[in-house]
Amino acid sequence: MATKAAARATGTRLLAAFRAAGAVEVEADILQPAEALLDLYGEDIRARAYVTADPLRGELMLRPDFTVPVVQAHMAHGADPARYCYLGEVFRAQEHRSARAPEYFQAGYEAFDRADPEAADAEVFALFSRLLAAVQLHAAIGDIGLLMDAVRGLDTLPARRAALLRTIWRPARFQALLARYAAPPTPSTSRAALLAGAVPRAHWVGLRSAADMAARIAALREDAAAPPLAAAEVAGLARLFAVSAPAPQALADLTALCAEIPAIAPAVARLDRRLAALAARGVDLARVTYQASHGLGTMEYYDGFVFSFTAARPDLPPVASGGRYDALTSVLGAGRSIPAVGGVIRPGLVADLEGQP
Amino acid sequence: MSLKLGVPSKGRLMEDTFAWFAERGVALSRNGNAREYAGAVDGADGVELVLLSAGEIPRELAAGRIHLGVTGSDLVRERLADWETEVLALAPMGFGHADLIIAVPAAWADVESLDDLDAVAAAFRARHGFRLRIATKYHRLVREFLREQGVADYQLVDSQGATEGTVKNLTAEAVADITSSGETLRANHLKILDGALIHQSQATLFAARAADWGNGRAARLAALAAQLGLPPPRL
Repeated sequence: MATKAAARATGTRLLAAFRAAGAVEVEADILQPAEALLDLYGEDIRARAYVTADPLRGELMLRPDFTVPVVQAHMAHGADPARYCYLGEVFRAQEHRSARAPEYFQAGYEAFDRADPEAADAEVFALFSRLLAAVQLHAAIGDIGLLMDAVRGLDTLPARRAALLRTIWRPARFQALLARYAAPPTPSTSRAALLAGAVPRAHWVGLRSAADMAARIAALREDAAAPPLAAAEVAGLARLFAVSAPAPQALADLTALCAEIPAIAPAVARLDRRLAALAARGVDLARVTYQASHGLGTMEYYDGFVFSFTAARPDLPPVASGGRYDALTSVLGAGRSIPAVGGVIRPGLVADLEGQP
Repeated sequence: MSLKLGVPSKGRLMEDTFAWFAERGVALSRNGNAREYAGAVDGADGVELVLLSAGEIPRELAAGRIHLGVTGSDLVRERLADWETEVLALAPMGFGHADLIIAVPAAWADVESLDDLDAVAAAFRARHGFRLRIATKYHRLVREFLREQGVADYQLVDSQGATEGTVKNLTAEAVADITSSGETLRANHLKILDGALIHQSQATLFAARAADWGNGRAARLAALAAQLGLPPPRL
């Protein structure tokens, strides 16, 4: 393991490169209000972040990442467009015994730009690719927005599409829902009675209201009456999620899939433009793997282009990762939003791989 | 050198533990004064009885301050990260049974399974502006279970007692707690969710991996295990 000094020195070098690329350096507090992070990530962040409190400010977390404070600062008083960079430690509690570090440096670069999203995607990836060229890493990309478009195009109830979109970052639940919509299980006796119109009376307790329940029962009845998801559509999604190939080949695969899943055509056209922008910036696309399911099961806010750079050593977490998070800016922007893409590099791992002490 | 055996210091759990050892020829007893937390062991050489709060036994085992301890398997799993690396379960003891479950209001006719809970949690968040609250003292076990099940739109609120009352008091929408007969749940107008059995707990005899097993203590443990009719422990 590289020393903290080596990690900081490597981080400082990366930060200088980010500044040279036009980014403004920003700072973020180490103590972050827990509420915004909990609202965004859910209960799981409590297991992964160090939670503390003080009597006046309530629950606080040691910064688990920079994205949230940087987006908040930008939405409050940022220029448009803007490029930001930062370097600092993040803190991740470990629930299980492992060699993973509970604190480490992150050097990050974020682009807030409405003009040309594919060009901004390519700008961030190409910058990272250039800065990491000296260490042997494997680059993988994906596009969660493309998968979301495929789900939006399913010929089924809007409520089913919404439920699938909501769970797209949780593959186990997503697949369970998909299986249920494709082949609805026989309802339990009580569920069958409920669908037939019986609502057993019981003493009501709790904040959830009878009107909330009535709305859900109406949705359950609508779902029970709807035809199952067509087998061909389910098979199409399975083929789409399984796409994994060098980027040029994956683009050809996805272009072919457009005949079966027309809803992905605009996203495939955007991928084509993104890959062209990457090639124009000197990225060797044959050495980049496009993996359709890349980024699922990680962070719940990426909703477009995603990428990671990983070392051959399986014990190491990704050396760099990032992606597009357009929806996050509207969640944190109180009604306003701006397309945004960015990523982080772990300088400690870079120093490790460079063989620094 | 002797082995320290930690046993719950009061109530049913203590009595059942004493009975379990007695059936196997080891007589545990409290000292004459019922307020003194010390006891005696007859029928097994070199075993020292330490009476402790059941909730503290996992921590004492992890620290290696006691060699053996009796407590609920739920407490060990909740309190110790990677519990299997800290303790070895020597024997399930067949009492103190309790199921850690998730329960929701019985009036929620539309909620039977975790699928339903996930859907209702998302709708609740959209409608009320905050995540559906599950009251529990088993934070680790509940969070790991719901993560495995892919349920996300919830938050845990801490409840160290009278957890079943939190729904009526509007401080939670659901609870995750231990139940044996389900009577408390029913009395508080709650029902158990299908497929939400998080852990089936029972009193268990554990050995501490971090304890000092030198000076003949490992041999004493082997002898005790044989006397209790247990397979030779591999610490």
